[in-house]
Amino acid sequence: MMQLKIPGTTMFDGAMARKGYALNKMCYSLNSAANRAEFVRDEAAYCARYRLNEQQLAAVRARDVLALIEAGGNIYYLAKLAGIFGLDVQDLGAQQTGMSLDAFKAKLVAAGH
Amino acid sequence: MATILGAISTSHVPAIGKAIARGLQREPYWQPFFAGYPPVHAWLREARPDVAVIIYNDHGLNFFLDKLPTFAVGAASEYQNADEGWGLPTTAPFPGDPQLSWHVIESLVADEFDVTTCQEMLVDHAFTVPMQLLWPSAPPWPVRTVPVCINTVQHPLPSAARCYKLGQALGKAIESYPEDVRVVIVGTGGLSHQLDGRRAGFINKSFDEQCLEQLVDDPEALTRYSNAELVERAGTQGIELLMWIAARGAIAGHACAVHSNYHIPISNTAAGVLVLERATR
Repeated sequence: MMQLKIPGTTMFDGAMARKGYALNKMCYSLNSAANRAEFVRDEAAYCARYRLNEQQLAAVRARDVLALIEAGGNIYYLAKLAGIFGLDVQDLGAQQTGMSLDAFKAKLVAAGH
Repeated sequence: MATILGAISTSHVPAIGKAIARGLQREPYWQPFFAGYPPVHAWLREARPDVAVIIYNDHGLNFFLDKLPTFAVGAASEYQNADEGWGLPTTAPFPGDPQLSWHVIESLVADEFDVTTCQEMLVDHAFTVPMQLLWPSAPPWPVRTVPVCINTVQHPLPSAARCYKLGQALGKAIESYPEDVRVVIVGTGGLSHQLDGRRAGFINKSFDEQCLEQLVDDPEALTRYSNAELVERAGTQGIELLMWIAARGAIAGHACAVHSNYHIPISNTAAGVLVLERATR
């Protein structure tokens, strides 16, 4: 239904929601502090419990946001995973665009001029 | 009868909640943003709302992809905030108005908006941050609340045209409520921003400025965009413009802007606030 192709953008639609269900479900569970502690204690066991596929496991291990999105991750749920690693949406933006955090922030400021 | 006093739309970026928690309002980064709110407070003091109907989008606190309603209306006597996973302090609970909620639900369904009703509903930063921005000295919160949640997580999202009509039906619902309550509509989210993908950091100042004008004078122009066109112009999360369009729908007819502020950037977002009143023209 989304005919328009927007560069650098993945529409989180039904196909992506199906593909990413396990990954997003795991990330959703990280709203709970007890679950976050459990993830930190044994990441592999925590991922196994949610039956992540190989692509999703590799993307989580690599802390690679673009790969997590490719594996079906939705940014709102991924933000909860990123929070465990102390990363906010500006860190995620810098990583995805291959920029330093300072350069990413400067790009945002420049958008106002 | 109930009265709609106006509509306030505002950004709801989590970083704003963190800045409030840390008292950073006067820091150079934050000052141009927070300076946009004292005129809103003055308007609210004058308007004296009893109830805020808050049109927002959940980001994975109350709803998951297992069951994701397109439109949901809270019908609880109290709404709790909770841990969203990335460190925003939780707020005091918000009083509800279940009698008004059920009236709104009855009226919306009669108008063919088949909403999901929620007698338990956690409200996330998209609800709590605007409440903190509008009533910075709360709690106690000076208004009762009715949450109206729109899906902006998983496409297909409702169209801009549909959200505008939802707002119109919401306005009709409120104005047919027999109790003498004073109601402010609050729309939250936006303006242009994109968090995900290689296009992360996308901001579109000229489109935002166009929206701020058309929300006042020609909201129907905005309803002609498809959601894909809105994502192209405003970014994947800039689609939160849908809540502003719904809030505009609730005051119907001609409107005038009492106040607006626009500032780039707050975190990854072009942040805005707009206060609208109904105009007689």
